[in-house]
Amino acid sequence: MQKRKISIKNLASKQIIIPLAALLLLVIFNLINDYTFFSIEWGQNAAGGSILTGSIISILDEASELAILAIGMTLVTAASGGQDISVGAGIAITGSATLKIIFNPNFGEGTAVILAILMAVLAGVICGAFNGVLVSAFKIPPMVATLILFTAGRSIGSWILGGGNDNATNGIFLKIGQYIPGIPIPTTILVTAVVIILFALIFKFTNLKLYMQAVGINSQSSRLNGLNPTMIKFLSFVILGICVGICGVLNTSRIGTINHSSCAKDIEMDAILAVALGGNALSGGKFSVTGAILGAYIIQFLQKTLYKIQVPASALYAFKAVVVIVLVIFSAPVVRESISRNWKKLTSKKSSKEVA
Amino acid sequence: MNKVLELKNIHKSFPGVLALQGVDFTLREGEIHALMGENGAGKSTLIKVITGVYTKDEGTISLNGKEVSIKSPQDAQKVGISTVYQEITLCPNLSVAENMYIGRTKSAVQNWGKMNEDADKILQSLDIPAKATQQLGTCSIAVQQMVAIARAVDMDCKVLILDEPTSSLDEQEVAKLFKLMRDLKARGVGIIFVTHFMDQVYEVSDRITVLRDGKLVGEYTVAELPRVQLVSKMLGKDLDDMADIKSEAPESQVADSAKVIEAVNLSSDQGIKPFDFYINKGEVNGFTGLLGSGRSECVRAIFGADRVTSGVVKKNGKEIKIKKPLDAMKAGIGYLPEDRKIDGIVGDLSVRDNIILALQVMKGFFKPFTKAEANKFADEYIKLLGIKTASADTPIKSLSGGNQQKCILARWLLTNPEYLILDEPTRGIDVGTKIDIQKLVLKLASEGMSVTFISSETDEMLRTCSRLVVMRDRKVVGELKGDDLNQTMIMNTIAGGASDAEA
Amino acid sequence: MENKTSNTNFFKKFTNKIGSMTETNLLLTITITVFVLMYLGAMLFLQGGFLTPQNFFQMLNENATLIVLACGLSVVMITGGIDISVGGVTGLVTMCSAVYLGEDSSKSMWVVLLIALGIGLAFGVVQGLLVAYLDIQPFIVTLAGMFFAKGMTTIVSTKPTDIKHEGLMALKDTKIVVPGMSYVNSHDIRLDSYVEIGVLIALFVVLVLFVVLRWTKLGRSFYAVGGNSQSALMLGINVKRTKFLSHVLCGLLAGLGGFLFLLHAGSGSPSNGGGYEMNAIASSIIGGTMLTGGVGNIIGTLFGVTSLSTIKTIVASAGLQDGWWTGITVGFMLCLFLVIQSIVVGRKKK
Repeated sequence: MQKRKISIKNLASKQIIIPLAALLLLVIFNLINDYTFFSIEWGQNAAGGSILTGSIISILDEASELAILAIGMTLVTAASGGQDISVGAGIAITGSATLKIIFNPNFGEGTAVILAILMAVLAGVICGAFNGVLVSAFKIPPMVATLILFTAGRSIGSWILGGGNDNATNGIFLKIGQYIPGIPIPTTILVTAVVIILFALIFKFTNLKLYMQAVGINSQSSRLNGLNPTMIKFLSFVILGICVGICGVLNTSRIGTINHSSCAKDIEMDAILAVALGGNALSGGKFSVTGAILGAYIIQFLQKTLYKIQVPASALYAFKAVVVIVLVIFSAPVVRESISRNWKKLTSKKSSKEVA
Repeated sequence: MNKVLELKNIHKSFPGVLALQGVDFTLREGEIHALMGENGAGKSTLIKVITGVYTKDEGTISLNGKEVSIKSPQDAQKVGISTVYQEITLCPNLSVAENMYIGRTKSAVQNWGKMNEDADKILQSLDIPAKATQQLGTCSIAVQQMVAIARAVDMDCKVLILDEPTSSLDEQEVAKLFKLMRDLKARGVGIIFVTHFMDQVYEVSDRITVLRDGKLVGEYTVAELPRVQLVSKMLGKDLDDMADIKSEAPESQVADSAKVIEAVNLSSDQGIKPFDFYINKGEVNGFTGLLGSGRSECVRAIFGADRVTSGVVKKNGKEIKIKKPLDAMKAGIGYLPEDRKIDGIVGDLSVRDNIILALQVMKGFFKPFTKAEANKFADEYIKLLGIKTASADTPIKSLSGGNQQKCILARWLLTNPEYLILDEPTRGIDVGTKIDIQKLVLKLASEGMSVTFISSETDEMLRTCSRLVVMRDRKVVGELKGDDLNQTMIMNTIAGGASDAEA
Repeated sequence: MENKTSNTNFFKKFTNKIGSMTETNLLLTITITVFVLMYLGAMLFLQGGFLTPQNFFQMLNENATLIVLACGLSVVMITGGIDISVGGVTGLVTMCSAVYLGEDSSKSMWVVLLIALGIGLAFGVVQGLLVAYLDIQPFIVTLAGMFFAKGMTTIVSTKPTDIKHEGLMALKDTKIVVPGMSYVNSHDIRLDSYVEIGVLIALFVVLVLFVVLRWTKLGRSFYAVGGNSQSALMLGINVKRTKFLSHVLCGLLAGLGGFLFLLHAGSGSPSNGGGYEMNAIASSIIGGTMLTGGVGNIIGTLFGVTSLSTIKTIVASAGLQDGWWTGITVGFMLCLFLVIQSIVVGRKKK
């Protein structure tokens, strides 16, 4: 087997360098600012169980939904060349579907949870299928097609629950969003890990990645190679729908209730951002799911860091924007080219000096 | 004659490629100057340097003796250099008139009335069948191309560059274009003509400049450079290879071999008349006819690329259902499409992924090849077909046209089809690769594969095919084999002789 | 007999006419037709407020900001881009202006207008530079713009601030009577229909943009770049500058939108302009602008805004009290329009 040469130039040309560099910067910043940021300690939760606490744990916990969404969003972006902006509203729908079952007194706790999860995933699949049909069959640009559910989704959510919105008391259900006794880390982290592993297995044992990339890059030629671009685009939205379903369960189980106008607010924007931060072109084609997941955690990491240095929650947006812009500027091909050109000049000067 | 445009010592390089190395080029007033070379010789780079799409690294460009600096397409237009590209570079959402005038009017306000009137006048004088107010997207590709030329003509240009303008035009339209070119020449316009069609070069050009590997080979008048010489200059070698092929040309094939694929009364939603077709084992046949006569549509119908509206396809005498390309692929049919960029390559994917794509799809969603398997396939065919690429990981879009085509060919050979359809496999690629492909077709046939070979260049088809289906106006009008296989018969059948007077 | 043939002739001419229409004009026609039918339907079946002309003008009063924002978005969308920062910019403008004016009536209103346009211009220029000259995806750039505007709004102030500036309040309460549109209300009192100053400004913007898009070189460049930016470059259009200008224009209009918001609501709040970007995009789409670029019309956008507003009013007055019905109906309407557009444009291409 050939050995791959790893050089700075080679690495710099890989898109994943941007999220990695960003992560490194954040880590360094926090180390300098307050190294206790990284400490993980034993603590106790409300139920009296001993749990691990620390900023890192809460980052992993809070980024769960975002990371899961980022996976689905990457696939949609790759296959359709557009983004789904209805995922936040979708979570309102799937979350409501979850609670509808949980609130139903006719089911036992265990049955209710299983049914609720199935119901949430089903609702997510329906949302995804709706978007998918509009995009793949009616050829409506994804951002526009998903604008429909974006507008209507939160209303549909309140319609599903019909205004009746209590606090869930189902103990098993609440454990999903909180802690399972005896396990010291939040259940959401475990769920996310399972989802990520599942997708890793799917990518390993199926041709999903090749098919989606081929369709995203050139759907006409994919068709002539026996693929069904319509079906694959549709599939990408359905997969995202499943992700939205899982997120709906996670989101509602954290506090056992839902606020339709504020739940998972702006999460679609963060999810798209995660995809872009991961070095994926928003115009579709080649993609890296790893990058997108990394992007999701970076966003949460950044948010946490900003909290730590006492940026008020409401002003967080402005700082996030600045960081995003800096990241995006450095990953812009135009900028990267000119940087690498200057870098070359620098190094060539150096080497010529050395020769002299 | 005055020198209108003079390029001296032009250098241009891209990361890893020296595209132009000290090229000189001179265009005189009122001449048609063909720019020839294989793909990758540097023709398009040179054109793009002249039109300001690329900026040169070194060298001078002078217009009428004065040095000019051209940094953008606008600059080029301003100094009187107009270009018509192979791909339509107009806006489909605007009207015909707008497309003719946008980007070159001085005033900030648009006068629709005058513009439409002017546009109609020009369209009429050039005999272009379009209305000024029509939306460009509703015109045929050929008309769009002519609108682009009309725009250039009206710009009162001193230098007109035609970059493969004829590749989407039929013969009549080409004739019209040539008349136009001669008119302009008479008016003193210098025309740079880039094309792959050798006949056309000799029909209209006065002078030929040949490039090879980014370097100037030489400038010749048409009279002093016979065709064979031109080809050998472009290739940089003698033409023994060409002779080779001729000697290999198939005698008539075994007559009683079984029909591998047979189509009965087949038609698709692309407007072709129902046609019958068959191909024997180990046979090479072809569809011929003018562009737009329905050649591609016929093979696309067999492959299931368009929606089939009637008829059946039989394999070894048994009826098979082909509703989509995958069905055809499973039945052992491969199809190399006409338009490499749109239908063939998956640009951003690596050479390896492009090669294994079709086989992978046939194998199934849940059975991906391992990395080792994929690499083995890719390396095997890169070697077999002599694909020039840095590695199997290189994105296919960074390869030259000929090498891209070889990758697509590799893709289908990998599926080991019983019947391979090659739709214009030699279009827009260099002469060397053309010959390689023709040789390969004959070799495959001798190994028992049935091949349908379509090409716009009749001599290529004569060299490779033992039977030709002739098409005109979207229907099959004849079949030629044996002694009938010659230029004259083909031309007569395409044109429609006395024997076909029912129309 | 003759009559019949002339009828079929007319029909043929009619279908021919539709067939030869550009996509832009066809979609515009559909939008206007749907709006008129919807409004007439509401007048017939719902009656009530719909029978008074003021109902229509009130719709304009409430949507002056949205009209201006949607106009800006249409320009960007025609050029093939997107700008989702407009709502945030609107909010930021209202907040800055409110904090500046406070309760002090001696401060100049011109400064407020300057603040509005200045903020808008700044956003437009920065976003335009990033999109056009650094080739960064407009969605991401303007998403960051939206985040930045939202964040800055709360940094300026987190408290909703009412404006008590006399000059501004006077402007806010100015009612301009629409001549010939008086009506009698349920108490038999004759009332004049009126519009606010913001509406006049918004309609002026519509008019100016209509002229710019139709009759100027810049306007046609927007269409050309949106239709096919590669071709536009080859045709000698400065694509980067055109994209840049479209964002600058959109930013400026977002600033102006903030000013109009202030004129209508008279307060600054972090929640001002929330969700306006999506409403503006929706209006543009209903108005026949295609997100793929190159197709769209400002007049259509105006009707898009009024259609959106009409459907909301209809839902409210049809007795569907629950809040969620509005969202669902608007979503449904958007869906309907998109499907119609996709079918119409798809059929034409064939």
